[in-house]
Amino acid sequence: MIVENSEVILSVKNLTANVGDTPILKGLNLEIKAGEIHAIMGPNGSGKSTFSKVLAGHPAYEVTGGEVLYRGQNLLDMEPEVRSRSGIFLAFQYPLEIPGVSNVDFLRVAYNSKRKHEGLEELDAFDFDDLVQQKLEVVKMKPEFLSRSVNEGFSGGEKKRNEILQMAMLEPKLAILDETDSGLDIDALRVVAGGVNQLSQPDNATLLITHYQRLLDYIVPDFVHVMEGGRILITGGKELAFELEERGYEWVREDEAAEVNAR
Amino acid sequence: MTTTTVKSLVNQPYKYGFVTDIESESIPAGLSEDVVRLISAKKEEPEFMLEFRLKAYRQWLKMTEPNWAEVGYPAIDYQKIVYYSAPKKKEKLGSLDEVDPTLLETFEKLGISLSEQKRLSNVAVDAIFDSVSVATTFKDKLAEQGVIFCSISEALQKHPDLVQKYLGSVVPVGDNFFAALNAAVFSDGSFVYIPKNTKCPMELSTYFRINNGDSGQFERTLIVAEEGSSVSYLEGCTAPMFDTNQLHAAVVELVALDNADIKYSTVQNWYAGDENGKGGIYNFVTKRGLCQGVNSKISWTQVETGSAITWKYPSCVLVGDRSVGEFYSVALTNHCQQADTGTKMIHIGKNTRSTIISKGISAGRSENSYRGLVKIGPKAAGARNYSQCDSMLIGDNAGANTFPYIQVQNNTAKVEHEASTSKIGEDQLFYFTQRGISSEDAISMMISGFCKDVFNQLPMEFAVEADRLLSLKLEGSVG
Repeated sequence: MIVENSEVILSVKNLTANVGDTPILKGLNLEIKAGEIHAIMGPNGSGKSTFSKVLAGHPAYEVTGGEVLYRGQNLLDMEPEVRSRSGIFLAFQYPLEIPGVSNVDFLRVAYNSKRKHEGLEELDAFDFDDLVQQKLEVVKMKPEFLSRSVNEGFSGGEKKRNEILQMAMLEPKLAILDETDSGLDIDALRVVAGGVNQLSQPDNATLLITHYQRLLDYIVPDFVHVMEGGRILITGGKELAFELEERGYEWVREDEAAEVNAR
Repeated sequence: MTTTTVKSLVNQPYKYGFVTDIESESIPAGLSEDVVRLISAKKEEPEFMLEFRLKAYRQWLKMTEPNWAEVGYPAIDYQKIVYYSAPKKKEKLGSLDEVDPTLLETFEKLGISLSEQKRLSNVAVDAIFDSVSVATTFKDKLAEQGVIFCSISEALQKHPDLVQKYLGSVVPVGDNFFAALNAAVFSDGSFVYIPKNTKCPMELSTYFRINNGDSGQFERTLIVAEEGSSVSYLEGCTAPMFDTNQLHAAVVELVALDNADIKYSTVQNWYAGDENGKGGIYNFVTKRGLCQGVNSKISWTQVETGSAITWKYPSCVLVGDRSVGEFYSVALTNHCQQADTGTKMIHIGKNTRSTIISKGISAGRSENSYRGLVKIGPKAAGARNYSQCDSMLIGDNAGANTFPYIQVQNNTAKVEHEASTSKIGEDQLFYFTQRGISSEDAISMMISGFCKDVFNQLPMEFAVEADRLLSLKLEGSVG
């Protein structure tokens, strides 16, 4: 939902970033305000996932230029854990398996490190349990999942639901969902999308990264951006997604070429 | 977390690396029959002990150092090692109050309080400094129940018959190169005797401290549990940081008679050398338990975090019918450490059972190998073994190996072996940090989870300690 005069959550200007010596992001600009849902679409290799990892602070990506402000602060100066505790959440395309660490312990330590960051008291095991039981509803997960090791032996759909459960617990200001729809059947997609919609509020923002228009039937974006070659080429409303679905990404490239020629 | 490579997480300085400045009495470096005689004479040992030592020495001369382990090190010059070093004492010690205050301070600094007021309430401690036992706490209280807990030198004076009966009965003098060397020159160690139908009223513990940079440490521990008795014993070890390597070649023998139960736990934190592999202890140890009686049980739990090289295989020889052997191990290596460790379960009696749970954690450029033998003899009908060997790699440059040897000569036996390998890499850590959990907490959560099955076996006080120790050792190793 687009809200007049709402807070700017994320402001990205001219962002460039490398993996090793290879430049991936080549001058990316984006502004996201509270209450909005943005979708970034684009072909494979366009830099979508890199962008999400750079925002979350993955150590393998090196920012070479530009500026990223998160709620007015320089995001690039923050350690990844501080970014998380300040409200940035990345739902992973491939959630990792963590043998030997139970889901509930993982959630509790994550949740309490955020509380500590906010100057709040940590929740004890009992209060935490009450809270987590409520949140399970959001993604329709059974309590048994809590005692299993994080993502170990989970199906693809269960892993993605587990990501949304973590998101529900941490209540981020900016949720970045990296290809959350990949590998999901239609029922799982509904559950996951339902969870995301439920968590979307006027004071937070969501950034969807996706390859296909399908997800956008369930989570309706306010803005759709098309990314190619490490930059955002076109921005439009949700109808842009349908156009892409129909005409393919080639059309964007041609369009851009025409634009360049016209100049 | 700005670098892109996963480095080892283990850069916490070794906090036990100090040297105590104390006058010690050492004999010149080198080994000969005269040195063996000298050690025996210095300790005023009974005649049988000298014969034991000489027999061992003569066998050792004919043996060659084993080279089958997955470890590499420059040749050891056995003539450069000092075989006897003891803190000089003014006179015979009557009570703890007469122990050199420098020594008490040293142990205090290591977190082992020997003074009456500050002792751990339910743990009796034998403190061994270089090669000599300096104090044993709660000796009198234990004696009330008939439990003998003292240094092996004292046992040789006061209970020579018991020592003669059991010493070398589990690990014979010529068992292997290092065991033979130990038998020839060992200077001290702990002796435990639990009488019939007695449950030892407290945890027994030996704390080993190497101080001298040139001396080898050769202790010998002997624990005998009579019929129907039980005991839980823990050893801890630390050493100062030297640029050179020190040899530690200990022998531990356990004897469990009918229905007896011995639990032996080790938290080994010898100095491991610096991050380039300079210095550190060579830990070449022979540990073996004999389940001689029916229904007896011997359980080894080890947490190995130190030493430049670890070479040890705490074993159980299951002679008594229905006897039980257990081995729970966590071996952590970092930087250039090398560990080749595991166990041997030798099933001889009927319906004997053994369990092996081994967890290897390798970080840095270290090498960590599990080597284990499960042998089921022809008469061991109904014998069972379950082995589980898990390896965890931290970063990209560490190595892990598993070498299981299984020999079954009885077709009613059941042997199971499971193995797994997992890895803590940059991506796992990023997953934690992205959820607001620091890398240090992430590693400690993963390590605790990985080691849970073993830590659960440690006595309470030490389980917490072990958990903390591993986290310390790995601090800063990924990032």
